[in-house]
Amino acid sequence: MADSPSESIDVTYVADLARLRLSPEEIATFQKQLGDVLGYVGQLAEVDVSQVSLLGEADLKNRLRADEERPCLPVAEALANAPAQDNNLFVVPRIIE
Amino acid sequence: MTATDATLTAADYEAVIGLEVHVQLKTNTKMFCGCKNEFGGPSNSHVCPVCLGMPGVLPVPNQEAIVKTLLTGEMLGCQIATRCKFDRKNYFYPDMPKNYQISQYDEPLCAGGTVTLDLLAYPKDAQKDPATVADKPVRLVRIHLEEDVAKSFHFEDGTSGIDFNRAGTPLMEIVSEADMSSPEEAFAYLSALKQILIYGGVSDADMEKGQMRCDVNISVRPRGQAAFGTKCELKNLNSISGVRRALKYEIARQIDLVTSGGKIDQQTRRWDDDKGETTLMRTKEKAHDYRYFPDPDIQPVRTDHGLYEEAAARMPELPKAKKMRLVGQFGVSAYQAGVLASDAALADYFEKAAAPKPANGAAVANFLLNDFLATATGGETLPKVAPEFFAELAELAASGRINSKQAKEVFAQMISTGKSPAALVTELGLAQVSDVRALEAFCDQAIAANPKSVADFKAGKQNAVNALKGQVMKLSKGTANPQLVGEILVKKLSA
Amino acid sequence: MTSLTIPELRQKLQSRAVTPRDVVDQLAARVEAVDPKLKAYLHLDVEKSRAAADTADPSLPLGGVPIAIKDVINVKGDPCTCASKILQGYVSPYDATVIAKLRAAGAVPFGRTNMDEFAMGSSTENSSWGVTRNPWDLDRIPGGSSGGSAAAVAGHEAFAALGTDTGGSIRQPAALCSCVGLKPTYGRVSRYGLVAFASSLDQIGTFTKTTEEAALLLEIIAGHDPLDNTSVDRPVPRYTSSLRGGVSGLRLGVPKEYFIEGIDPEVERAVRAAIDEYKRQGAEIVEVSLPHTKYAVAVYYIIATAEASANLARFDGVRYGKRASNPRDILDMYGRTRAEGFGAEVKRRIILGTYVLSSGYYDAYYNRAQKVRHMIAHDFREAFKKCDALLTPTSPTAAFKIGERTQDPLQMYLADIFTIAVNLAGICGVSIPCGFTANKLPIGLQIIGKKWGEETMLRVAHAYEQATPWHKEKPPI
Ligand SMILES: [Mg+2]
Ligand SMILES: [Zn+2]
Repeated sequence: MADSPSESIDVTYVADLARLRLSPEEIATFQKQLGDVLGYVGQLAEVDVSQVSLLGEADLKNRLRADEERPCLPVAEALANAPAQDNNLFVVPRIIE
Repeated sequence: MTATDATLTAADYEAVIGLEVHVQLKTNTKMFCGCKNEFGGPSNSHVCPVCLGMPGVLPVPNQEAIVKTLLTGEMLGCQIATRCKFDRKNYFYPDMPKNYQISQYDEPLCAGGTVTLDLLAYPKDAQKDPATVADKPVRLVRIHLEEDVAKSFHFEDGTSGIDFNRAGTPLMEIVSEADMSSPEEAFAYLSALKQILIYGGVSDADMEKGQMRCDVNISVRPRGQAAFGTKCELKNLNSISGVRRALKYEIARQIDLVTSGGKIDQQTRRWDDDKGETTLMRTKEKAHDYRYFPDPDIQPVRTDHGLYEEAAARMPELPKAKKMRLVGQFGVSAYQAGVLASDAALADYFEKAAAPKPANGAAVANFLLNDFLATATGGETLPKVAPEFFAELAELAASGRINSKQAKEVFAQMISTGKSPAALVTELGLAQVSDVRALEAFCDQAIAANPKSVADFKAGKQNAVNALKGQVMKLSKGTANPQLVGEILVKKLSA
Repeated sequence: MTSLTIPELRQKLQSRAVTPRDVVDQLAARVEAVDPKLKAYLHLDVEKSRAAADTADPSLPLGGVPIAIKDVINVKGDPCTCASKILQGYVSPYDATVIAKLRAAGAVPFGRTNMDEFAMGSSTENSSWGVTRNPWDLDRIPGGSSGGSAAAVAGHEAFAALGTDTGGSIRQPAALCSCVGLKPTYGRVSRYGLVAFASSLDQIGTFTKTTEEAALLLEIIAGHDPLDNTSVDRPVPRYTSSLRGGVSGLRLGVPKEYFIEGIDPEVERAVRAAIDEYKRQGAEIVEVSLPHTKYAVAVYYIIATAEASANLARFDGVRYGKRASNPRDILDMYGRTRAEGFGAEVKRRIILGTYVLSSGYYDAYYNRAQKVRHMIAHDFREAFKKCDALLTPTSPTAAFKIGERTQDPLQMYLADIFTIAVNLAGICGVSIPCGFTANKLPIGLQIIGKKWGEETMLRVAHAYEQATPWHKEKPPI
């Protein structure tokens, strides 16, 4: 894997990954603007990071949850914000597997 | 990649099978919130802002789920990580509340380990097949912990409905190496794995209930070829026997294809258990870009700060050890011990029944395995009567109070009526006649009625006495104590 | 009355000179009078606040005190749009932990303040519901992303307000509007109920007129929360009682990298004057170096956008908020819902964040940025060996004109150059008023504290505040 940013961003591909349907105008603008931003963040390539480890602190204390029940939402409240619902299910256009 | 040499015949090919199993953990609450972890329930009744992915909520890991995963790793001989973290696996799907799944990418809780395919884990018919490799080890790649997704239902009108009750259930992903080479081994792997999971109280691992779900990777290659063939993934496998059927079909399909000069392309195929065939779901599109990265909402976890110790303390006696102990402690046969140990609940029942008098262990095992299991019609796996009844029955037989024929009758009545063996013996007047005077009367009748046998005996034919014994049993309608009858006859004839 | 500080207001409440309901009513009247010009509030349900006021117990630490809430924090039964179309119609089914703590202290949640959409911005121009104006000059931005909270407090439309700070979103608008903006140490205040922008950087904090009020509010909202795995379990000091220690004997560091060219000379002059004031009060001024500061903005825009790209994936039109009308299929629903629901800056950052995580780029961008982040945090640890707190400008310039930077995202990003490193290091910072430009625009002094160093930091802030008039000046509005 390249350790320094190589080819520039493909906004169309990335927007698809992010499920954003952009207009051709938006794609053009973002291509330019994000090109500038990536040029700017590219300066990180010059930093020597060879001495840095990302493994967490050794003194780390576990903060886990005991396996104890907490009240759920009433069904009506759970669905209160649903854009579409039908007998207590959230409804969406058919899911293609 | 796949050899498509049409000169090779089906027999020249072998299958290469790897399994990816997802197991729902038996915890009180979900993985990252306090909602009840329960199968079923009205739609969206077991949800809260966290497992609905509402704006602003945060996940907090369930300690019990981590301990149960560590215990599983321990039971399967994995290396246990001293530190692990959770990562976000990004992809959009309506059954995933946050559109990322909290999972573990490069720091799973467990790595390595093996599942051993005990002979009894194979399908019954395969157990007798000489080709079956008993105790074959199947290596594991890893076990990691993640969260389950919601359940969706598809409607005629082209919409889908989503129930988030299942969303956030603690889910263990167990990935095997591609070490299996037949549908029977895949079957045995799943049975053995299920057995271990139940032993550890980690999961009920019921595939029909979706508590254990498996994706199968299957490819074929000419025997002796090192390189793998192009693999297909099978989905919609809802039972262990279904996995076996699906693999039988898919292996045949792939071998047909390559031996007829065709080539396999990487596909995901759906198994239709009714039609008994796999059908194309999708051909592998360009690899997913999941954009894994460490979940900033969750601190890394140190398993060496008490969690591992907790798991180790819960380590149960595993099937192999139990089998050996049952043989030594109760004098049952290795086969009986194997069958008993293959079902933790059955083994417990047996131990309760045999405990009062370990010497009767073999007899109890016979009643349990031959008389009960063999004849259990309703598919019951455990008798409804108390184990003490089996102990009682075995003792009645051992002490000679009833003979084996009577024991079978008492057993049948005990199971059907639920009455205790002692009660049944009196009720059915089955106590053996051991009263010498009464027996002598029968013996005299028999001797009088069979001069020939008497003559044979006097002529030295020892076993002529058996004919007479038979007569006495007939006369006593089988209630006579055979041992005593034998002694009395010999005494009278030798007089 | 709306220009009272919280301690002054509490006196009147406890002496029964006013009732909590009067306070809500008079504040509502002020909002009615001023907000048409400032546009600090997105939503205000006076009835609901009245009801809460009627049950408030004045003997509690905040009994009957209204607090304005940034529209990114969940309050049960309130909308919480994050100034985004995509959350139009969403009503919170639960209270954020900070809201629960405020209620328990007797406070009255009052209205929802404007912000940059999902807290992405430095001017509040990225709100889907219109720009908030700076009370000192209505043609200028109030800063951001918590511009509504800053303008509300500076414009005396709120006694105090909650905001959130991911890269300066509390301190920078506080500086530009002349109020006290406190960003606590990461893990000090629960994030449960705060709609995440960048989870490893977000922290809830306060806007007040004085440091004493900031200390008071922090005492109430701070503390471990079992619902937030990143909140830390350590005792909460009585910040209000350690305020008055003064600075004599303290060592205050001045990082040389923070007086770069591009910084407005008027801002530099005001901050230098503040440093002299501390000298006068007996503090020892030491020069320190934060060599990796120059990379902070770059690191920030990789890490923050990466986290945001995942945090904002849940806005898909399935469970709540906006859904595009009659979608053809699920992909059409996702693509259009998100395209119609998100504004330009949010889309830009989602795309940048998705890109830096995507296969082939992770190591070059995200992984490397995390490592440089560690080096930035290390710089601060080294600096704090030589001093007890740091003094810097909060923002390189005073408030700029509305629309001035909207076409150049990179220029906009550089507005946070002095505040971003504090979030990356997970330490605390506060901005306090330290003067005005020639044309009467506020200037802020940033005081940076060690991890968990809020007590000393607030004590340093208080010492300067007591000796200077700036915090008492009122905007022309
Ligand atoms: Mg998985
Ligand atoms: Zn839940």
